[in-house]
Amino acid sequence: MPDIKVTPLGAGQDVGRSCILVSIGGKNIMLDCGMHMGYNDDRRFPDFSYVTQNGRLTEFLDCVIISHFHLDHCGALPYMSEMVGYDGPIYMTHPTKAICPILLEDFRKITVDKKGETNFFTSQMIKDCMKKVVPLNLHQTVQVDEELEIKAYYAGHVLGAAMFQIKVGSESVVYTGDYNMTPDRHLGAAWIDKCRPDILISESTYATTIRDSKRCRERDFLKKVHETVERGGKVLIPVFALGRAQELCILLETFWERMNLKAPIYFSTGLTEKANHYYKLFITWTNQKIRKTFVQRNMFEFKHIKAFDRSYADNPGPMVVFATPGMLHAGQSLQIFKKWAGNEKNMLIMPGYCVQGTVGHKILNGQKKLEMEGRATVITGTANNVIPHLASTLLDVKLQVEYMSFSAHADAKGIMQLIRMAEPRNMLLVHGEAKKMEFLKDKIEQEVFVRCISCYMPANGETTTVVTNPSVPVDISLNLLKREMALGGPLPDAKRPRTMHGTLIMKDNSLRLVSPEQALKELGLSEHQLRFTCRVQLHDPHSDTDTLGRIYTHLKSVLKSYSIQHVPDGTVIVESIVIKVTSSAEEPNLKVILLSWSYQDEELGSFLSTLLKKGLPS
Amino acid sequence: MKLYCLSGHPTLPCNVLKFKSTTIMLDCGLDTTAALYFLPLPLVHSPRLSKLPGWVSKDGAVNLEKELKECSGRVFVDSQPEFCLPEKELLDLSTIDVILISNYHCMMALPYITEHTGFTGTVYATEPTLQIGRLLMEELVTFMERVPKAQAATCWKNKEIQRLLPGPLKDAVDVWSWRKCYSVQEVNSALSKVQLVGYSQKVELFGAVQVTPLSSGYSLGSSNWIIQSHYEKVSYVSGSSLLTTHPQPMEQSSLKNSDVLILTGLTQIPTANPDGMLGEFCSNLAMTIRAGGNVLVPCYSSGVIYDLLECLYQFMDSANLGSTPFYFISPVANSSLEFSQIFAEWLCQNKQSKVYLPEPPFPHAELIQTNKLKHYPSIHGDFSSEFRQPCVVFTGHPSLRFGDVVHFMELWGKSSLNTIIFTEPDFSYLDALAPYQPLAMKCVYCPIDTRLNFHQVSKLLKDIQPLHVVCPEPYTQPPPAQPHRSDLMLELQPPPMAYRRCSVLGLPFRRRYERIHLLPELARSLVPSEIKAGVSVATVSAVLQSKDNKHVLQPVPKPAPVPPSKKRKRVTEEPPEVLNPKPLLSGAVPLEPFLAMLHKVQHTLSLRPNQSAQSACR
Repeated sequence: MPDIKVTPLGAGQDVGRSCILVSIGGKNIMLDCGMHMGYNDDRRFPDFSYVTQNGRLTEFLDCVIISHFHLDHCGALPYMSEMVGYDGPIYMTHPTKAICPILLEDFRKITVDKKGETNFFTSQMIKDCMKKVVPLNLHQTVQVDEELEIKAYYAGHVLGAAMFQIKVGSESVVYTGDYNMTPDRHLGAAWIDKCRPDILISESTYATTIRDSKRCRERDFLKKVHETVERGGKVLIPVFALGRAQELCILLETFWERMNLKAPIYFSTGLTEKANHYYKLFITWTNQKIRKTFVQRNMFEFKHIKAFDRSYADNPGPMVVFATPGMLHAGQSLQIFKKWAGNEKNMLIMPGYCVQGTVGHKILNGQKKLEMEGRATVITGTANNVIPHLASTLLDVKLQVEYMSFSAHADAKGIMQLIRMAEPRNMLLVHGEAKKMEFLKDKIEQEVFVRCISCYMPANGETTTVVTNPSVPVDISLNLLKREMALGGPLPDAKRPRTMHGTLIMKDNSLRLVSPEQALKELGLSEHQLRFTCRVQLHDPHSDTDTLGRIYTHLKSVLKSYSIQHVPDGTVIVESIVIKVTSSAEEPNLKVILLSWSYQDEELGSFLSTLLKKGLPS
Repeated sequence: MKLYCLSGHPTLPCNVLKFKSTTIMLDCGLDTTAALYFLPLPLVHSPRLSKLPGWVSKDGAVNLEKELKECSGRVFVDSQPEFCLPEKELLDLSTIDVILISNYHCMMALPYITEHTGFTGTVYATEPTLQIGRLLMEELVTFMERVPKAQAATCWKNKEIQRLLPGPLKDAVDVWSWRKCYSVQEVNSALSKVQLVGYSQKVELFGAVQVTPLSSGYSLGSSNWIIQSHYEKVSYVSGSSLLTTHPQPMEQSSLKNSDVLILTGLTQIPTANPDGMLGEFCSNLAMTIRAGGNVLVPCYSSGVIYDLLECLYQFMDSANLGSTPFYFISPVANSSLEFSQIFAEWLCQNKQSKVYLPEPPFPHAELIQTNKLKHYPSIHGDFSSEFRQPCVVFTGHPSLRFGDVVHFMELWGKSSLNTIIFTEPDFSYLDALAPYQPLAMKCVYCPIDTRLNFHQVSKLLKDIQPLHVVCPEPYTQPPPAQPHRSDLMLELQPPPMAYRRCSVLGLPFRRRYERIHLLPELARSLVPSEIKAGVSVATVSAVLQSKDNKHVLQPVPKPAPVPPSKKRKRVTEEPPEVLNPKPLLSGAVPLEPFLAMLHKVQHTLSLRPNQSAQSACR
């Protein structure tokens, strides 16, 4: 039995280092190749030794697909391709290809230059890795090889985020990456057609959440920011440079304009302008409204939002700062946080999910005292000459902390919505916490969809096998098909199904279904006739002709749906069965009924002989 | 399978393909050359054009002075310019299921086809084709509506009268199918029927046919189409280019193995080399500017203009003309320039990689930023106060009958310092200039047509080897002006099937097979037997189900077990419900063992004297 195997190397009952292996129709595909924000050791990358203990991955993988540019989906890519070794194609959308190397380089700089780690991928490796990338467009069907094809759908999670359909023959898998089912201020909603995959591999970050309306959240957000600024406090919003940041910028920009506010809004690091530039060039990937109006007014040209400089953090007075990264695990957002944490007038707004182990996660869990450990806390010297100081300080968190889920993941309702769209046979959950997955799994299995769906949630390294039942494609002769459709109509009648007969010819990998006559002709075979003949003796005091007439009437009444003919030359014909009556001169009342039928009508023939043996009704 | 040819114009095709159960329209080009028979529409009151004498036949018998005006020794129709539509009578347009668009120049007749005809189908086009096509249509509408004409001239179209008119009006064909321009509402309604597709996207039509757009290399988003079922393949090649300009290169390999290739949209100027023309364009432009004159370039608002601007961007500095201003005047100039920058996915590699930096793919962004290129919606407003001479003006329409270009002709035509450079190949430049004669301004004809020439197309056809080629009639003979140039025609074996307006061609297809799927349960139940080496056959008895043009064979349902009835009727008393005919018998009968077997069986048979079995082998 053919089957599909799915093994998460990362993101199995966890969020972070997404990396899922799929074996389908003899092809092996790696879906995403991410890093884990919560770890600084080996666990930060997926365990590629699962694929092979030694040597390169090239011969074990047919292709690698990256769903979007977030590091938990592509952060391990240069490590995988350049350090472990993979030379095959890597597929991603154009925006992902554009933005992914920038984030990788950022990640590398933080890790190597600031934290001083060695044995990490280099800038050159990122470049070499990106050379292996084949960009694709939405809905384009990419033929990876003769059998394997992939197709991208809009996912709406960040700019360029895509869901992927992987198809071999009639078997298919859809991998959602991260997706969002509600359009927001800058992106549209995820969409997929009714492609009925064998397995739908879905993220489940917000498996248990059903979020209130977006408008409420936005109003709430603006109110909190406004209040803080009014009382002279500073607002820190840790974000990733691309994605949520742009949505919130559009939100604040329009609010500032409407309310005529003066407090400065800053966006950290040089990425801002670049990021907005990407949005301008890839405007076709944003939502309908922005696309429609971009000629008149480009939403990504902000008037109120200015570039941030490190020195601004100590400026007096209110301000709003967007700083990277979003989980407060390193970089500028962490530095600013440390400066502002002690003042209860200030506010921290976490607009997205935080992975376990990050500072963001700890704060959201209500931790009020944070031990700032590690080498990255105090840095002196120039950029080229970093002298890490091992220091450990205790930080009091006094500022207000607000969590507002703006991350563009589907909530439970959204996941159900996608299931209805795609109509999968099986569900497989990744990229979520085990407990929440369990809840969603039950919900999916109880919910009534077009059919019952079994739901799986493998842990990392655990393989899920789903048996598929592919139908067999065959070439049917048009003559046979047309004849059959003319006779039987397009849909089988459940009460009286019509059986069609054909001969399947298997030759050089081709399967052709033709009529039996044509098959014999084609194969140069002659047909054998096999006939059965049988005599039935019967007492019937009538003339031979009358007896035959009586047989005819009798059969007519028994065999309602068969064609029965009374031929003038003294025979009755039922389908291919010939019936004659003879008698001898000596015993004119002892009739010998001759029945003859072909092998094809065996069942009917033996039925008739049994029937006639019982005699005719008087 | 049939092809209905609704347009005879080789580069503005409109064909309808009936394939399996679908009716597919391939392009709907609008022939705007009919506008050349009309008087120009001046934006600013022109004393010259308003005082033209009306036309009266020499004997005074026919007086059409209201409709026809004599101008520069020719007779023109004084009415809103009209265009020649695709044939609407050849087949019922409401039966069309889908329209496939290959590029934005070939969709200009869309509102005539989709509106007021009962059309209920879908139009398929790529996103750049839709967006730029919309701009060109809106531009056309604006050109017309800006200069409303009270009367519509129809009397001259009367056959009896047209016969008496002087040439070229006398020889105009299909004049009754000419229509004036559509409205914005009709454009919006027509374009709302467009469904976007991406290159290599497989689109299923009613489960019967699959259509796929492929990059054709001619313009932004331009495509060729593959129309195929499992067994037949039609390629539709329309407006393709192998030159390296801004669009993504042409995809050729997918065109292989076509049964029929419909070839349209070859270069209109087979004798001109686009690169040479570009050089001539630059040198003439430089010469005029140096002498203090202005250069007028009548052109479409999208397409070659991007390449011209890029070429000039490099040329002007090297020619020491860096300070010469370029003006691009069109109601859609701004939109066209903006849109060109956001379709990175549809551009050539070189331009695509710029977006990754991120930089705008076309250098005209820099020309605009440095104020070298300025764009205006029309000559009214800011342009009149800001414009400096000498300058280069790009403006439409290339027919010189409407749009801002008419004003520049009146303004600059009288000075021999100025030059008009024709780059668009769609109109004869002499005819275009006719109502402006006598002209003092220099005229340079540098038609740039990047579409395939005959040399390239014969090489292409050699590579992709279609079984049959269908093309417009003009391609099967040398150009009328150069009857000896047998290299400027298609010479193929078998010779191409030529069509002209209103042709209906039967395409040489014999459909023999159709795809059917055996359900896995059925496939498992089959018992193949090897007839000869490498050939196996199996008898298939199954129930056919056809839905949405998809055919499935399922196993014959087992008869439901007879419910135990009270009468305890014997089952044999019921005639067999379904006749399950047996397979045909064939193969060698080993006579000796067969007879031996009969002998053995005879013994058992003798126990049942009523029955005897006999078999006959033919």
